[in-house]
Amino acid sequence: MNRKLLDLWVGFFVAVGFAAILFLALRVGNLSSAGFAETYSLTAKFDNIGGLKARGPVKSAGVVVGRVAEIHFDAQTYEAVVVMKMDSRYQFPRDTFASILTAGLLGEQYIGLDAGGDDRMLQSGDTFAKTQSAVVLEKLIGQFMFSKASEHIESK
Amino acid sequence: MRDGMIELLRSLGHALSGAFQTLGFAARFFTTILACSGQSFRRLHLTIREIYFSGFQSLLIILVSGLFIGMVLGMQGYETLQRYGSSEALGVLVALSLTRELGPVVSALLFASRAGSSITAEIGLMKATEQLTAMDMMAVNPIARVVAPRFWGGVISMPLLAALFSAIGVFGGYLVGVVLIGVDEGAFWSQMQGSVDFRLDIWNGIVKSFVFGIAVSLIAVFEGYDAVPTAEGVSASIKRTVVYSALAILALDLVLTSFMFRGV
Repeated sequence: MNRKLLDLWVGFFVAVGFAAILFLALRVGNLSSAGFAETYSLTAKFDNIGGLKARGPVKSAGVVVGRVAEIHFDAQTYEAVVVMKMDSRYQFPRDTFASILTAGLLGEQYIGLDAGGDDRMLQSGDTFAKTQSAVVLEKLIGQFMFSKASEHIESK
Repeated sequence: MRDGMIELLRSLGHALSGAFQTLGFAARFFTTILACSGQSFRRLHLTIREIYFSGFQSLLIILVSGLFIGMVLGMQGYETLQRYGSSEALGVLVALSLTRELGPVVSALLFASRAGSSITAEIGLMKATEQLTAMDMMAVNPIARVVAPRFWGGVISMPLLAALFSAIGVFGGYLVGVVLIGVDEGAFWSQMQGSVDFRLDIWNGIVKSFVFGIAVSLIAVFEGYDAVPTAEGVSASIKRTVVYSALAILALDLVLTSFMFRGV
């Protein structure tokens, strides 16, 4: 086989291989939507974060406006501290309400932001004043059973 | 009784020291290949020829297997996921299992049996017919002329083949999941993009396949070079190439996975 034809096929092979990597990166992976250009960080403290993970989405009105950067435990207050990287295109009022919600019944957990009415905006490094923890299914069932039982006693 | 015990211990020690001797020879062989690699890149057409033989000619088996594995993943994944009412997560399942594990591992196993064995056979037969000795006589270094280009050809081809395998597998999953079964197309791709991270999943898969490429190519050229120069010796070397490559791939996969995907 002559060298020119060999070069052609190998060039074809390498090009197809790189096209596959590009396909994986852009179509399968998140490289096309990865990361926000400029971010600022906000902190929120929760009594219980449930199954929230780092890199989980932060949504407001269902739109992803940031990502969870890191989660750690505060040994002084026994609370979970969640640091979020927010897209700097979006600013939120000081009295914005942060709560941990679940996508679907058993889906992944995310932080939902309900904007408040304050004139002043949250600056980088600020902490959310009002938060609501994740709903723990066992506690919910426990409460439900407890209230059912007390209803039963009252009706007797 | 006592003699039998001593004989057993002796054979154990012999086997172990033999294994270490081979390992040491393989390590020295590897450093010699690296030292001679300059030549195989300066005379690039030698390496390109090997990329053609081990990479391009493996395309067909890699693409067909990737497509079928992706299709099977689509069917089986749908079967399980729809029980939990989350068949839209099919794209995530197909893409993650392919980019993280199946792509690098299965394509490396195929590569070892398709290209690795033929490299071993070629070098082993060259040794049996004393072509390597003849090269040495003509002051041509057989490691630089024969071994290093084959090694680098394999190392370069492997990540590209694994990426192709994953990509065509995702396409196969798409064909079965979306076109055949009717999972929602938007959810299939968007959930996939939401869950597959470039650095964590795709890049780690490429790194894995690169490591597998080094292991498989090294085993293939070493077994060929180390072959007993007879018909039986070459056939035993080919057998060892396939077996050792498969074991090395699976063991390395365990080690790499435990480093890459620890508690994420």
